[in-house]
Amino acid sequence: MSTEAPAAARSTVLATGRSSLGRRLLIGAVLGWFALLILVPTAALAKEALSGGLRTLFASLMKPEVLRAFRLTLVTTALATIVNTIFGLALAIVLVRQKFWGKTLLDGLVDLPFAVSPIVAGLMLIVLYGPKGWFARPLAAANIQVAYAVPGMVLACLFVTLPFVVREVVPVLQEFGVDQEEVAYTLGAGRWTTFWRVTLPSIRWGLAYGVTLTVARSLGEFGALLVISGNTVNKTQTATLYVHDAIDSLDPQGAYAVSLVLAGTSFVLLVGMEWMRKRVATREGKA
Amino acid sequence: MGIAVRNLSKRFGNFHAVDDVSFEVPSGELVALLGPSGSGKSTILRIIAGLEPADGGSVELTGEDATNLPVQSRGVGFVFQHYALFRHMTIRQNIAFGLEIQKLPKPEVRVRVDELLELVQLGGYAGRYPSQLSGGQRQRVALARALAPRPKVLLLDEPFGALDSKVREELRTWLRKLHDEVHVTSLFVTHDQQEAFEVSDQVVVLNRGKVEQMGPPQLLYEKPATAFVTQFLGSVNILRVETVLGMDQDDERPLPLELPGTDGPVLVYVRPHDLDVMKIRNGRPAWPARIGKLTPLGGTVRLELTLHDGTSLLVELTRERALELNLHRGEDVFVSPKDMKVFHESKAFVENYVI
Repeated sequence: MSTEAPAAARSTVLATGRSSLGRRLLIGAVLGWFALLILVPTAALAKEALSGGLRTLFASLMKPEVLRAFRLTLVTTALATIVNTIFGLALAIVLVRQKFWGKTLLDGLVDLPFAVSPIVAGLMLIVLYGPKGWFARPLAAANIQVAYAVPGMVLACLFVTLPFVVREVVPVLQEFGVDQEEVAYTLGAGRWTTFWRVTLPSIRWGLAYGVTLTVARSLGEFGALLVISGNTVNKTQTATLYVHDAIDSLDPQGAYAVSLVLAGTSFVLLVGMEWMRKRVATREGKA
Repeated sequence: MGIAVRNLSKRFGNFHAVDDVSFEVPSGELVALLGPSGSGKSTILRIIAGLEPADGGSVELTGEDATNLPVQSRGVGFVFQHYALFRHMTIRQNIAFGLEIQKLPKPEVRVRVDELLELVQLGGYAGRYPSQLSGGQRQRVALARALAPRPKVLLLDEPFGALDSKVREELRTWLRKLHDEVHVTSLFVTHDQQEAFEVSDQVVVLNRGKVEQMGPPQLLYEKPATAFVTQFLGSVNILRVETVLGMDQDDERPLPLELPGTDGPVLVYVRPHDLDVMKIRNGRPAWPARIGKLTPLGGTVRLELTLHDGTSLLVELTRERALELNLHRGEDVFVSPKDMKVFHESKAFVENYVI
């Protein structure tokens, strides 16, 4: 119900516009701007990637270092998404339900990763975990490598994607309130059962949207990874870092091909989620 | 005893939301907790349910001490003002929830849910989602969901508060009928006096976290224990002692009022329908007054009068009486009380004067 309200309000504003000419101009301008900004560059990328034919595209993608780069991207994305889903959910619940000193500050700081450049985030991690970093000695003693290795890269993804789940879940959780949970308690359900059967299903779309954005952002993360990974081919090179190198080493075809896959994946993710949400919304009568 | 609450108290910071409250709800009765907002009625209900811990006092449900029981094991059915239906579940799944938690076998759950759908007259709606129902239907589902696991007591927090007035009245009548069928001990919170009187066997009147009076609706109306109850239940004229003493007294039938002028403020309450209007004096104690406004209200006519000392007075006459008198705006008349209630603020008692 609530998710549909803004859309309804928007269409009313447009529908009550004074002249149909003005309305069409507005719609035209918005669509034109969107096309110029998003569609045209995407189309250009797709055209370049496919310019040598599908066979060339395929060949570029099947290079061993490309496959390794994709595998590494998937691993860091998966780990970062799992951790940030759980932690983001917990953080959202604490922010909405608990009262404690410094809550407002925490609420503001959650957005810090949005405000800080990823490259700075990477640098922060180097300061902590780098060869001369604060934790260098204990980490070396325990024989754990963080910087220039997968753990550091996951940490970088965690940092930059922290706000997504929190920001998507908090408003949904606020709107959800506590009534339904309290009813579940009176019907004999414990806290855990209530969470799984009542709370989670009620906030699932906010959560799913946050997770989708987290995945998309992790797939595309570059700046923080560049600093923390050291960008070693076949070892710590992710798909985005490969694109960077491919451009540098005059292999634009490889860069286009990998970029197209990255962009396509994010697009499919977003569209797929929106489609699922609509379907369920129709079933539950909220559309 | 269905519900027994003893010496319950609860503070929120400096605010005494519930202040030494005790009352009992007999088994199988439907009792209303009536009071203005902030009187602590919802808090009491939540404490009984176990959704809120009390600072002191005890709660007994069907004769067993439940004070320290967690909400899950109290066996209460709870209905919220805004239904609180599980929006991602169908009506059937909503009603089945409590039964599934109890791990009842599936066929039994099915039978019980069908039974309840029948009871709340929503037989054809099992597969729908809450958003596809009207407010009144949703509240009936909430009620069915609460009743499904056969709770020891049913608690309803402003159950009709979110509905528009026509649906509210229908649902009230329906709830009363349902209760006559089901007979589960029920306590419901409301700020609406008419609602409380219409639906319940007994009413507990609350004010500022304290019980003012408990009893059947008729008793509360006819024999209010405190000034608050008189004022809260229906409209009333509040008069100063000086006004009452300044009444024109007839030698034959003097005002049977002994008013102690010394110990604290004394207020006299007269209900609008306990006042009569006359064109000429007939030997009863009366005030001269002027008619300010006449409002026909169907079966009755409401008069706004002004006494000589400036006190305004609300009078309700039957339509027949008003026709017989043939009253006009601006006319000078005499008004005479038939029944007065006198409250001494320093003492906790009421004197009732029938004249």
